[in-house]
Amino acid sequence: MNLTLKVWRQQNAQAQGGFETYQVKDISSEMSFLEMFDVLNEQLINEGKEPITFDHDCREGICGACSMHINGQPHGPWQQTTTCQLHMRAYKDGDTIVVEPWRAKAFPVIKDLMVDRRAFDRIIQSGGYISVDTGNAQDANNLPIDKHKADESFAAAACIGCGACVAACKNSSAMLFLSAKVAHLALLPQGEVERKTRVVNMVDQMDKEGFGSCTNTQACEAECPKGISVQNIRRLNAEYIRSVFSGD
Amino acid sequence: MPLNSKIPAGEMAQKWINYKNTCKLVNPANKRSIEVIVIGTGLAGASAAASLGEMGYKVKAFCFQDSARRAHSIAAQGGINAAKNYQNDGDSTFRLFYDTIKGGDYRAREANVYRLAEVSANIIDQCVAQGVPFAREYGGLLSNRSFGGTQVQRTFYAAGQTGQQLLIGAYQALERQIALGNVTMYDRHEMLDVVVIEGKARGVIARDLVSGKLERHFGHAVLLCSGGYGNVFYLSTNAMGSNVTAAWKAHKKGAYFGNPCFTQIHPTCIPVSGDHQSKLTLMSESLRNDGRIWVPKKQNDTRKATDIPEEERDYYLERRYPAFGNLVPRDVASRAAKERCDAGYGVGSSRQAVYLDYAAAIERYGKIECNKQGNHNPPMDLVIKLGKEVVKEKYGNLFDMYEKITGENPYETPMRIYPAVHYTMGGIWVDYELMTSVPGLYALGEANFSDHGANRLGASALMQGLADGYFVIPYTIGNYLADEIRTKAIPTDHPEFVKAEKEVADRIEKLMSIKGTESVESMHKRLGKIMWDKCGMARNATGLKEAITEIRALREEFWKNVRIPGSADSMNTELDKANRVADFMELGELMCMDALEREESCGGHFREESQTEDGEAKRNDEQFMYVAAWEFKGNNQWELHKEALDYEIMHPTQRSYK
Repeated sequence: MNLTLKVWRQQNAQAQGGFETYQVKDISSEMSFLEMFDVLNEQLINEGKEPITFDHDCREGICGACSMHINGQPHGPWQQTTTCQLHMRAYKDGDTIVVEPWRAKAFPVIKDLMVDRRAFDRIIQSGGYISVDTGNAQDANNLPIDKHKADESFAAAACIGCGACVAACKNSSAMLFLSAKVAHLALLPQGEVERKTRVVNMVDQMDKEGFGSCTNTQACEAECPKGISVQNIRRLNAEYIRSVFSGD
Repeated sequence: MPLNSKIPAGEMAQKWINYKNTCKLVNPANKRSIEVIVIGTGLAGASAAASLGEMGYKVKAFCFQDSARRAHSIAAQGGINAAKNYQNDGDSTFRLFYDTIKGGDYRAREANVYRLAEVSANIIDQCVAQGVPFAREYGGLLSNRSFGGTQVQRTFYAAGQTGQQLLIGAYQALERQIALGNVTMYDRHEMLDVVVIEGKARGVIARDLVSGKLERHFGHAVLLCSGGYGNVFYLSTNAMGSNVTAAWKAHKKGAYFGNPCFTQIHPTCIPVSGDHQSKLTLMSESLRNDGRIWVPKKQNDTRKATDIPEEERDYYLERRYPAFGNLVPRDVASRAAKERCDAGYGVGSSRQAVYLDYAAAIERYGKIECNKQGNHNPPMDLVIKLGKEVVKEKYGNLFDMYEKITGENPYETPMRIYPAVHYTMGGIWVDYELMTSVPGLYALGEANFSDHGANRLGASALMQGLADGYFVIPYTIGNYLADEIRTKAIPTDHPEFVKAEKEVADRIEKLMSIKGTESVESMHKRLGKIMWDKCGMARNATGLKEAITEIRALREEFWKNVRIPGSADSMNTELDKANRVADFMELGELMCMDALEREESCGGHFREESQTEDGEAKRNDEQFMYVAAWEFKGNNQWELHKEALDYEIMHPTQRSYK
């Protein structure tokens, strides 16, 4: 199939960006979306132009690096799919595809479609862990954990930190990302000790990074490639209230 | 320099205990003034950086990705082995040790492997304490499954995302140390050289991939946790950015490279679909727990899988290896698939694939579910429905991934799979302390050669990465650093830093000035094709010699004709790739030399000249029971050092899974 691509190009964080239009030919429906970009980049290099910069690594939908806003949707049209797992079967000959980087104040553009998501790392640094030094653990089976809770914790921990939730949100809120981590740890007995301070510190850090507020539109869950549930945001709010209003 | 593996004296089960009791320690006040550089933030790097930070060392951690959490350990699917014996099925430290040595076809060092088995149980404890949500039974205890090459259930897992969950655990521990100021993180940075001063590793030259600037970093010790080099084949299950550069630079600065030809070809990957293919995707080995592998009994059978009746299917692994069946080790399963396809029994449009079938498992699980509900005579559609639900819970994410990539629904039709490059057992040579042949320079995880011999068992890579980072290096590094407490931080204007930076800058300038006509990607593909055809699943002397000549020619062409657009003083992903591919072009030659030199078959290394009558790998213990450690001597020049492998406990025999 032959396609028209309108791709955001921006030399660096300071530069003014804009859309460039490209034509790609003979794209196979078997290709992944990023392989289609490989074809385009090869074409640009052969024409003596600079290829398009984008983040990608594992190409298996798990590392969370890839991050394209495709025709207005983070990671494109398929449900629960990262950009790298989106395949060209999703398109037909003659389609025009608009590709932008994540757009959020807290995710400044580095170049073209690549953005800086280190705000997420800093949120984790503010409390997204259990403080246990290496070598201090008891036997793993000394702590039975209810299977349902373990499963729910796992479902929250499956977040890949790609930032699609922020990109999907009209307020650029990071609540789904943050709540997934708070829920992952709060659902486990190991996370109990630091439960109160964790949620408050992490919310504070999220606000400092310039992410917007949550107004419950649930676009984040709809676009999340791992299907992280907005139920986690409910859990986060409960954790926060519990922490702020409890006496001790 | 003679190779000294520094294996402690004493009985096997006492070696590590004795070592820990007698190794030198560094007191807390001194730790605060000692700096350690960690390259890579996968399971080995993140766990090492976090643990050393907790202990009080000043750590600098580097990764080329935008966040430490994205290292390729994240993509490991099936699980992590540990000798917990929670299933009461006879597992023990000794059994895990035994399986790993045997699985590695008797080409691994006994003492290292024994230690690995010993600390495996601690890893599970540590990860659970960190909040890693492993799969559990209804009673709240941890669940296990089986993996290839073993007859016990010792694999802990988190659906098909075990690597992700373990890495997130290590990443969170690392982020905690970053928050405390014990670790400084350098993301989007690539290490481009090791700085060696008076024979000791003292720092690195790194490139900030965003600004393009070169940086000098001092460290009292440098840890390479930079993963494997499977991407030398271009198509592999590795991430696009996985590369050999850090290890290769270390090799050129004096670190010996151990068993470079030992490559793991994983039997269950999604087959290549066309020339556009940029990488291959693994379907976890855990799928072989329940899936059955088969091809049609008739050659060139073009019927749909579901149209081929049971009696016309050849479950060739179950036929050839009744004792282990579909759970034979990876090297055995891969070769068996290749044999069937080469003989004309392959399936799919390319005929280069075999079936991995879940129909029987769906039916079996469905019946169990019906029994649980007290329905002992259920209709078949209910059995299938419930069976699919069970399979979805166990392997759902893998099935979804298969469907996205191929457009076929694996709940309805068997998956097509074919072997692909997955892991490299070879790597930087290290001694018992994980120190390379350069003092102060260490290699951990897949970057080193040490524990898997000629073939790694499934679910053992995660185990080794975390064993090295959490439980080995925190002890062994102290034994070296205790003598470094008087060494003040060396200023980075030291002539060796200046010289190393200049070499890196000169190479980048040279690459940028070529301005040829062919892209990096295109030349990488050509290298990969040579490697796969001639140094892949089956190797022979003629092919390997041809490959060496071809790689040399390609390398020359690369340095004359590669085209890198843009400039070196800003973000330039083509330059990043070129730096990596240039190193693969050198490594490829060494791999072929090593494969040529090793005139035996063992594990993943299959020399066509050395096979048994029924096509199994035939070792030659008399001549080749050694680790090949290659010393770099200048362009195209290497000297081979041999570390003899003395088996105290194991008695090497022809490996049998029949």
